[in-house]
Amino acid sequence: MSAVDHAGGGAETFYRAEEHEHPEGSNTMLGFWIYIMSDTLIFAMLFACFAVLGRHYDGGPGPKDVFDITLLALNTTMLLCSSITYGFAMISMQNGRTGGTLGWLLVTALFGMAFVGIELHEFAGMIAEGATPERSAFLSSFFTLVGTHGTHVTIGIIWMFTLMAQVSRKGLNAANRRRLMCLSMFWHFLDVIWIGVFTVVYLLGMIQ
Amino acid sequence: MSHDANPDTHEEFGAHGTVRGYLTGFVLSVILTAIPFWLVVSRATGPLATAVLILAMALIQIGVHMIYFLHLNTRSEGGWNILAAIFTVVLVVIAISGSIWVMYNLDINMMPMSGNQIGAGQ
Repeated sequence: MSAVDHAGGGAETFYRAEEHEHPEGSNTMLGFWIYIMSDTLIFAMLFACFAVLGRHYDGGPGPKDVFDITLLALNTTMLLCSSITYGFAMISMQNGRTGGTLGWLLVTALFGMAFVGIELHEFAGMIAEGATPERSAFLSSFFTLVGTHGTHVTIGIIWMFTLMAQVSRKGLNAANRRRLMCLSMFWHFLDVIWIGVFTVVYLLGMIQ
Repeated sequence: MSHDANPDTHEEFGAHGTVRGYLTGFVLSVILTAIPFWLVVSRATGPLATAVLILAMALIQIGVHMIYFLHLNTRSEGGWNILAAIFTVVLVVIAISGSIWVMYNLDINMMPMSGNQIGAGQ
């Protein structure tokens, strides 16, 4: 039936001749979520690597020798506080308050910088004591996993300052709101990864 | 939800948070972070119980962050977000548990045997 109809109708198309409307950026949030999920897989591999290698000290320093729980608590507090302040930035954005958004973004960036600063201080202390990445499999996998997370946070801070410049110049327009939503996902995602890091790498290491 | 009542102000991208939601998530996170730290510092429970408890807290806290901070629910992006998340969780579980399982056995089988292990292993 239909074959005959189509044959009679001449040119037959199996695709939409006209593209239906996609407003600019309508797929960005889903696309960015897929990116976050793929980044989760990167961290999953690094966690798997640490789970396999994390107890191979090669006679070198172990978690109890190199980790400082006070520093860890301080670090974790910084990142947790930065999550809620980013949340407040998003609330300000939803209410259309440019000043509030910029203020909360600045507070979030400062918390993030405190986190990275404490982490670098910790790394420097470890390296000064001879606990370098090449010392043992435990330290190699530790520096790879925690360093990758720290790099992500650093990039998030750079991105945050970029968006603060954008928002202060052009205001909370649709494009900037979309970008802030993406950074929100990225920032909260890094906090989720940190939950895994402080639990699996630090706390589980210290109770051995 | 408010955007259901007024279709003209339909959400542009993703889900919107509320002050109440963020504060709830924050308070839960603080509690779920403080308990593991306290368990490790105080040594109130044995090493195995502590390990199980802090891993459980971490999983709950990840869930809290997903719901209150990342606004993950079954409706966002027409369900594609949660679908991608479930797929990722499956891959993460396979990758981590599979690595630990395979490498643990490899480790046991390739362990250089010391004197007493040779006797005990036979």
